[in-house]
Amino acid sequence: MIPELGHFALILALGLALVQSVVPLWGSFNGRRPWMEMARPLAWGQLTFLAVAFACLLQAFLTDDFSVRYVAEQSNTLLPQIYKVSALWGGHEGSLLLWVLMLGLWGAAVAAFSRNLPLPMISRVIAVQGMVAIGFLLFTLLTSNPFERLFPIPPEGRDLNPLLQDPGLAVHPPMLYMGYVGFSVAFSFAIAALIGGKLDAAWARWSRPWTTVAWIFLTIGIALGSWWAYYELGWGGWWFWDPVENASFMPWLAGTALMHSLAVTEKRGAFKSWTVLLAISAFSLSLLGTFLVRSGVLTSVHAFATDPSRGTFILAFLVIVIGGSLALYAWRAPAVSGGGRFDLVSRESFLLVNNLLLAALALLVLFGTLAPLIYEAAGWGKISVGFPWFNTMFIALSPFLVLAMGVGPSTRWKHDEPGRLARLLWVPLILSLGVLALASTGLMFPGNLWVGLGLGLSTWLVLTHLVSLKERLRNKGGLGGLIGDLRNRSRSFYGMWLAHIGVAVFIVGATVVSNFGSETDLRMSPGDVHEVAGYRFQFNGAQPHDGPNFRAQRGEFVIYKGERQIDVLHPEKRSYLSGGMPMTEAGIDPGFLRDLYVSLGEPVGTQGDWAVRIYYKPYVRWIWLAGILMALGGLLAVSDGRYRTARKRVPVPAGGGLARA
Amino acid sequence: MARSQSRSKSSYLVPLGIFLALAALLFYGLGLDPKKVPSPLVGKPAPSFELESLLEPGKTISSDILKGKMSLVNVWASWCPSCRQEHGELIRIARESDVQMIGFNWKDERRAALEMLRRYGNPYVLSVFDPENQVGIDWGVYGAPETFVVDAEGIIRHKRIGPIDQRVWEEEILPVIEQYRSKG
Amino acid sequence: MTPAPMIRALVAAALLACGSAGAFTLEEFQFQSPAQEQEFRELIGKLRCLVCQNESLAASQADLAQDLRKEVYQMMQDGKSHDEIIEFLVARYGDFVLYQPPVKPSTYILWFGPFVLIGVGGFLLLRAIQRRRREPEPDLSAAEHDRIERLLTQPGTRPGDTQDRAS
Repeated sequence: MIPELGHFALILALGLALVQSVVPLWGSFNGRRPWMEMARPLAWGQLTFLAVAFACLLQAFLTDDFSVRYVAEQSNTLLPQIYKVSALWGGHEGSLLLWVLMLGLWGAAVAAFSRNLPLPMISRVIAVQGMVAIGFLLFTLLTSNPFERLFPIPPEGRDLNPLLQDPGLAVHPPMLYMGYVGFSVAFSFAIAALIGGKLDAAWARWSRPWTTVAWIFLTIGIALGSWWAYYELGWGGWWFWDPVENASFMPWLAGTALMHSLAVTEKRGAFKSWTVLLAISAFSLSLLGTFLVRSGVLTSVHAFATDPSRGTFILAFLVIVIGGSLALYAWRAPAVSGGGRFDLVSRESFLLVNNLLLAALALLVLFGTLAPLIYEAAGWGKISVGFPWFNTMFIALSPFLVLAMGVGPSTRWKHDEPGRLARLLWVPLILSLGVLALASTGLMFPGNLWVGLGLGLSTWLVLTHLVSLKERLRNKGGLGGLIGDLRNRSRSFYGMWLAHIGVAVFIVGATVVSNFGSETDLRMSPGDVHEVAGYRFQFNGAQPHDGPNFRAQRGEFVIYKGERQIDVLHPEKRSYLSGGMPMTEAGIDPGFLRDLYVSLGEPVGTQGDWAVRIYYKPYVRWIWLAGILMALGGLLAVSDGRYRTARKRVPVPAGGGLARA
Repeated sequence: MARSQSRSKSSYLVPLGIFLALAALLFYGLGLDPKKVPSPLVGKPAPSFELESLLEPGKTISSDILKGKMSLVNVWASWCPSCRQEHGELIRIARESDVQMIGFNWKDERRAALEMLRRYGNPYVLSVFDPENQVGIDWGVYGAPETFVVDAEGIIRHKRIGPIDQRVWEEEILPVIEQYRSKG
Repeated sequence: MTPAPMIRALVAAALLACGSAGAFTLEEFQFQSPAQEQEFRELIGKLRCLVCQNESLAASQADLAQDLRKEVYQMMQDGKSHDEIIEFLVARYGDFVLYQPPVKPSTYILWFGPFVLIGVGGFLLLRAIQRRRREPEPDLSAAEHDRIERLLTQPGTRPGDTQDRAS
């Protein structure tokens, strides 16, 4: 009964979405206020029904209702309760439901927090949200219904993929989806602006916080995914340029460019058509990612059970949404562009370079991900593009971005003197070059060109940002001014600052762990001791150990440094009762400056020997720390007072907003 | 002024153009299977081998059996569900066609393999046994089931990746057989 | 179309193998010198696993990957050179087995394309900025000047108002 209720709720949500897409939009054209005012309640209503549907599916999971096919495929009576919840989004149908629920959440949020926007604008924004919802709901209802029943009812479910039974991976999809779907808001704002033919600084200011919040979620989602892959997949990697990873990285790159572009449009009225294009692109890349993961066009360890017929549906949806918005862009953008002039040496210029490079990186990732397909389609044979190519390209292009990142924050808007910049930044430049030289030649510590490049670039970032902070505080009365600054409406500067420092932290972490990490494969007998990077690993054999839904062999490793015992690690080799391949749980001793990582391979011989792998991973945590810093920076920027003040100071005049539309 | 405007106006169409090209590419991609790796051995002589027979341990079978007759070399294993699925079709083909069906048991246990043949029937004229994947690598085998069409001169003419059903037989394999049959 | 459900089952099983933090380590490959071991690791890092197609031979936990690693190891022990080993595998599995696409004419676009495009993009950008700079800033008409005067001197002007510039 309850699953049917959920199914019905989805149908109702679809009905509301249909109304939501048409009525407020039409109302914005013919000026009928009651029609436009329907937008907000419709958004609320949609969220309500989507929440009901979600709750029904959740109930099916929590009560082990295996008459629902999706529950039978994803869950199991032995599954710990918390994973029954996360199993909801472990497969294709459920994750779609999560996607569309997020869409409802964001739509309702827009309805709630937009009191100061003119009614025609908000009705168009919500209408566009509705259109996106129609596509996803149709897709769900027609091809991927999570409420389908199964007959005869199996006594036991198939079980959640053991890899997914993990806290990190439970949270990773919701975070990602909040990001992907959040970009739909910027998208809707852009479309609404194109429709209305008006794109100004106020529009940018409204769009900015929404974009930043979505970006924060996406950043956290990607960082979580990377961290999870590191500790769960058992061999110490943290990024694989896997197509599904790329599918999340592309919107992130576009979203970053969008955030920066919005800043310029808000402050200087420039980059208008760029910003609109980026807003469309960020969401389009999110949708494209959805397509790639579910259609079977690309192989990936992440991909859901693939089905070309579903792929066709999504592709058609993509063509309508993205093609339609780009057509609208081609038609209306010329009318809304134009804007602030700026000189060759100006902050706008550097931000333009930033935009270009970020867009280029996004296109690069897209190109590399699709290259095998392009080659096959053109009949040029089957090639593979993997980790090495992506790494090479990325490392070749990102230094330019980092260089621009160093100069931009210190540069004045509209016009600046090269001499002034040189005076400000020559010290960071010299010092960074020094670090590069020292680290490349291996004089002070073992190094090579890559280490030099990485450390030199991060030094550049940190030092230039210290300079820009100093300049700012000088105008604000020193360190005391810092507090006042943070309390007032200049948090966005510190947000940027923190996020950029996060990038520097990332570069250090990635450089060090890639160049100074080590991996040792060996066979150990119980009692053996092996030394890696100054740490002694003593293996005490492996004992059987059982979990709620698995049987395992649990090894024990004691780690010593000098005479002191550092830690005891328990890597496991698990066999899940629902069948399937054995899984490895690594034993990790985490640290700010290094991780010590042990995983069990295979038992060897009959004396209790094991083939094991020991990793030394210096500075690896800095990679995810960087993600945290970037997210915090974003949070700081969003909490900037000016977004809240605007609400107080601009009441909507009766009829005034309508005349503009 | 007007000229630069119209030039920049058309440049706004570029994103749309790029996207439509992308969509066409993706549509094409939907019809493909990205996991399929085409074989570079097509058109080349089949790699020679000497392997133990599956049914008669101790007896050696060499790749000479491929000469003189058109053959289908079918790579299979008892742990492979798709192999079980295509088995019925293979038996039908063995019965109706004059092509000799060679079984290539891959990375399997003899007992389990024999059990599968006993239970589901044996379509193979001869079966070789490659438990350690010594010869599979030479043939570029990376999964099961795979089927090679080898002509009477011992040249590989086609590689089928995945199970064979009626449609695959008629549309993909039979035409190749007909094309190279006369050479025998 | 391939018979979907069965292929899916097989693919799912294979993918689970790929995604799992499985069994194989490189422990069983013994080398005469660390340099040799380094070469081995480098070599298998350059080759793609055909089952778990997004992983290198170094990382993949698939059965076939272990077979291929053993093959590579064996060939190294037999004294085959780096290039000979790669040629051996490419002859049997095609270019796809190379994790890094080879640099040959058909892949020039892959290796050099991005740089060319960025160069072109940068050039166009520079031109656009130069062109903008040369265009005179639109001057305000007398009526617009008056309007600005009025707005700036009027009390209670709302800063939140925006005016679209006629540009």
